[in-house]
Amino acid sequence: MTAKTKDGLLHDHNKDGVDRRGFLKCMAWAGTGVFCVMQGGVLKSYSMSHMLSGKAAPGELSFVQISDSHMGFNKTANPDVVGTLRAAVDKINALPTPPEFMLHTGDISHLSKPEEFDTVDQILKGATPKDIFYVPGEHDMLNDDGKGYLERYAKGSKGAGWYSFDKKGVHFIGLVNVQNLKAGGLGTLGREQLEWMEDDVKHLKSSTPIMVFAHIPLWSVYPEWGWGTEDSSQALGYLKKFGSVTVLNGHIHQTMQKVEGNVTFHTAASTAFPQPQPGTAPSPGPMKVPGEQLKSVLGITNVNQVHGQHALAVVDSSLA
Amino acid sequence: MSRIVFTAVFLAAFGLGFAGSRSGGGNFAARAQEKPVLSEVKIDNFSFGPAEITVRAGTTVTWINRDDIPHTAVSTDKSFKSKVLDTDEKFSFTFSKPGAYEYFCSIHPKMTGKVVVQ
Repeated sequence: MTAKTKDGLLHDHNKDGVDRRGFLKCMAWAGTGVFCVMQGGVLKSYSMSHMLSGKAAPGELSFVQISDSHMGFNKTANPDVVGTLRAAVDKINALPTPPEFMLHTGDISHLSKPEEFDTVDQILKGATPKDIFYVPGEHDMLNDDGKGYLERYAKGSKGAGWYSFDKKGVHFIGLVNVQNLKAGGLGTLGREQLEWMEDDVKHLKSSTPIMVFAHIPLWSVYPEWGWGTEDSSQALGYLKKFGSVTVLNGHIHQTMQKVEGNVTFHTAASTAFPQPQPGTAPSPGPMKVPGEQLKSVLGITNVNQVHGQHALAVVDSSLA
Repeated sequence: MSRIVFTAVFLAAFGLGFAGSRSGGGNFAARAQEKPVLSEVKIDNFSFGPAEITVRAGTTVTWINRDDIPHTAVSTDKSFKSKVLDTDEKFSFTFSKPGAYEYFCSIHPKMTGKVVVQ
């Protein structure tokens, strides 16, 4: 299974181009220093020492994803979410390649309070990337159907805050799956948003790399805990023609990865508190760890175009 | 002797009767002053406990959040909707009409509960 090639390839997870089980864990927890590289829908991992010894060449895509800052949370699992968000900013500013922009995949605030959003805005001003693209989490939509979030972060978006944009030839789609949640249900995109999305990608060339970002995972991580989106298969159906699709999510407060054909799904760690792995606790609530371990279970995700290749490296690093 | 017995029986009867009437009168008075029945649902570990309760019409149900994450209680038929409850916050609703009220947490919709009002 392990083959050392001249470019330091550790694992070819798709020897014949097809991942039969459709499931892959590049790393179970953040901070293990393994790079997952997606190249035309094929996932390969490289050892840390080989990868990114230099910087990405100028003109190549480089951005950071953070998630679940839960500003306002102050219980035992982390009494200082301000401090850990600042540590995340320090981590971002120390990256070898300065990221061009940032994605925040939601639960920016804990209780949708204006002062919570204000504090996050203040802290993120200290990060090198000045452009930040947001999608809301359920904790951001608690007042007035999310009016506070929408006025602040979603100008120029449609409906409950969905939108798309292009960076260096990659098409980014920000989706909202935390509105109009139904009793007993999972995340939901809704007909209006799905129709918009179908139209949005209709005329794109199939060689366009697609980057989708949304709060709740767009694959069925653990439905018992609400970790999934009911109508995501419809959204993914619109993306079947594309050779490379990456989906970046948050919500579950741990890193997880899955490959299904041409789609790589990836969830980010939180900058506030971890949550248990599926089914290992009575509920998906904040998981307490010894104080000195906290930063090792929080993290950021760095996405870079691999130097000289048409590939995107998704790298998680902890705050430790 | 018979006179003592008679007196004893008389007093006993009188006492019982008196007690009976007093307790009878007392019951009536107590029912009139009875406080409304309170019913509590604890929210913890992403669940409502008890998940299903049955109460009489006129009961006030109080939800109290003991979890370390905020939750809400929102009925599916829109008859009640709590504000966001952080840890130790409460929400109360008085059910005047009989029926079956299904509700859920609007933040974590997998959490569901039911109040049956008779």
